[in-house]
Amino acid sequence: MPKPFDKLTATAAPIMRSNIDTDVIIRIERLVGNGIRGTLGKWAFGSLRYLPDGSENPDFILNREPYREAEILVTGPNFGCGSSREGAVWSLQERGIRAIIGSGFGDIFFANCFQNGILPVIVDKAVVDQLAADIEATQGAGKVSIDLETQTIVSPSGARHSFEIDPRRREGLLKGLDEVALTLQRDDEIHAFQASDRTARPWIHSTRTPASRTSA
Amino acid sequence: MPGRSLLEKIWDQHVIARLSEDTDLLHIDRHLLHDLGGSRGLLDLKSRGLKVHNPELTFATPDHALSTAPGRAGTSKIGMELLAALRAETAASGITLFDVDQPGQGIVHVIGPELGLSLPGATIVCGDSHTCTHGGLGALAFGIGSSELTHVLATQALIQKRPKTLRARFEGKLPLGVTAKDMILALIGHIGAAGGTGYAVEYAGSAIRELPIEGRLTICNLSIELGAKIGMVAPDETTFEFLRGRPYAPQGEMWDLAVKAWRELPSDPDAVFDREVVIDVEKIIPQVTWGTSPEHVVGVDGVIPDPKSVDDPARRAAIETALEYMGLQGGAPIAGTPVDWVFIGSCTNSRLSDLRAAAEVARGRKVAAGVRAWVVPGSENVKREAVAEGLDKIFIDAGFEWREPGCSMCLAANGEVVAPGQRSVSTSNRNFVGRQGPRARTHLASPASAAASAIAGAIADVRMMGR
Repeated sequence: MPKPFDKLTATAAPIMRSNIDTDVIIRIERLVGNGIRGTLGKWAFGSLRYLPDGSENPDFILNREPYREAEILVTGPNFGCGSSREGAVWSLQERGIRAIIGSGFGDIFFANCFQNGILPVIVDKAVVDQLAADIEATQGAGKVSIDLETQTIVSPSGARHSFEIDPRRREGLLKGLDEVALTLQRDDEIHAFQASDRTARPWIHSTRTPASRTSA
Repeated sequence: MPGRSLLEKIWDQHVIARLSEDTDLLHIDRHLLHDLGGSRGLLDLKSRGLKVHNPELTFATPDHALSTAPGRAGTSKIGMELLAALRAETAASGITLFDVDQPGQGIVHVIGPELGLSLPGATIVCGDSHTCTHGGLGALAFGIGSSELTHVLATQALIQKRPKTLRARFEGKLPLGVTAKDMILALIGHIGAAGGTGYAVEYAGSAIRELPIEGRLTICNLSIELGAKIGMVAPDETTFEFLRGRPYAPQGEMWDLAVKAWRELPSDPDAVFDREVVIDVEKIIPQVTWGTSPEHVVGVDGVIPDPKSVDDPARRAAIETALEYMGLQGGAPIAGTPVDWVFIGSCTNSRLSDLRAAAEVARGRKVAAGVRAWVVPGSENVKREAVAEGLDKIFIDAGFEWREPGCSMCLAANGEVVAPGQRSVSTSNRNFVGRQGPRARTHLASPASAAASAIAGAIADVRMMGR
């Protein structure tokens, strides 16, 4: 069940490269196995954070003070594109990230964020660029505030920006709602749909065939 | 009221409850599980004290973590544990598992269509972003994360926001040597890796109608590389012929009933799309990527972009970063770039027609010295059919390694990697940083182009191979 999110004032790290995919956020070998939760924070952005010899890459922003403590990422276009791996969100969360501000996100990554109580905020690219510039002007010392209730971001310069968010998603984050539990409250409706669909589209529902038929 | 699109028709048919103006609770007709996330989801469900809502609509196969070496030698301990867990948890829940070495096993996006599990008008999900592949049969199919996977196991339903619609029309006659893979890479180059974000893409036009199903599956497979989690092609006679007689396709009277319903699915002539793109396929030449995003793509007779000639500083920096990673010089021709590896496989291009196209190029030739070339069939059935046709022998004679079915080097989850700094031509779907292994350099191309590059020992134009 996700933790509720209402407001946050924190250090924000701009990572402005375009098309940062979820493979770059977390490598696949870190996700092989059923006991991975809790082990991933160390490996978030592994290929950017570490040099080939395993030492920290001093040029990568999350390895520098004060960005090491960042709880907000400010990202370039199409952040989180690619693979559906929810481990990308888990790794950021375990690294301490609670919100991500960008001009656009991979669709599946975007949905995965909400499932884990992480707020992805979409604003115009000009706003993202201004935020990044404001943060860099304070060398990261200036904090960014995000208020989900009022749908506003305050930049270190004091500039306020409003953002849009789907009202259902907003409510889900504010209350930390569990979608599985909510949907199960509608189980009668699901059963009713299936009963009528069995008549309308019987070929969808009668799937039990002998194993001998699996040779195509 | 305007006509409805393919997406809208399928969507509307699956609404269990309207949750807001643009968000619905949708019924899920097929849920496919694999070894990386399947048992994790089933265990998550168990820990919540819940049961699988519809095990008869849920199917599983191991593909990601298995070794593709002969005899599956070299499957890691953790890969074996995931396989054991998938076996135990699917058995406990009454879910059909297509297990190792059995017909039906294979890459989840290869077996769905092959077995007739994936059907026109069906909603299909899987914890894998390339689930959009199944849209090639006229299904509404998309990848989901772990939380949504658990949600589907528990409820056989999913909360989804209705996407915008984009129609990509491919018009004209496909030139010789140009394939479905080249068509979709050309589209990604044209509208960019985020060009489809927030959209469901319908692929249409004369060139799509002419494509066999396997080509349509390849096109839909790369929808996610456009940013679109859904890609689809309206079902037609080609679709019905492909599905007829497949193990899980309806039969007899139910088949007739299904086909009648499927004929109603194509977009109405007056359907309105939020965006439309037209591609003249006669201008497409074989495509190959040069960088670290699928949008970094050129014709094989083209040159690698020169950052010096790009004015926009952000774009110039992005090109410089990609070229540095790839070890390439801007302004140089892409053809002739020496390669170390060739990988023919993945949910994009591992079906029988892909292997035939590659074998046609490889027949009677030899893989260049110093190049390691793998052919990894997409499924146990593809493997058996290929062997029955003698394709394995053509590949082996040419110096390719013939492997067992699985995802393999597409994402390297099973430890099959391209070594750091080495260059690969791959028929897969992602040239991301480190995708095929840490610091591996990937060039995406069609199976024919990949085979030609294996023979040449360098990125090659298959049209020059004289067949």
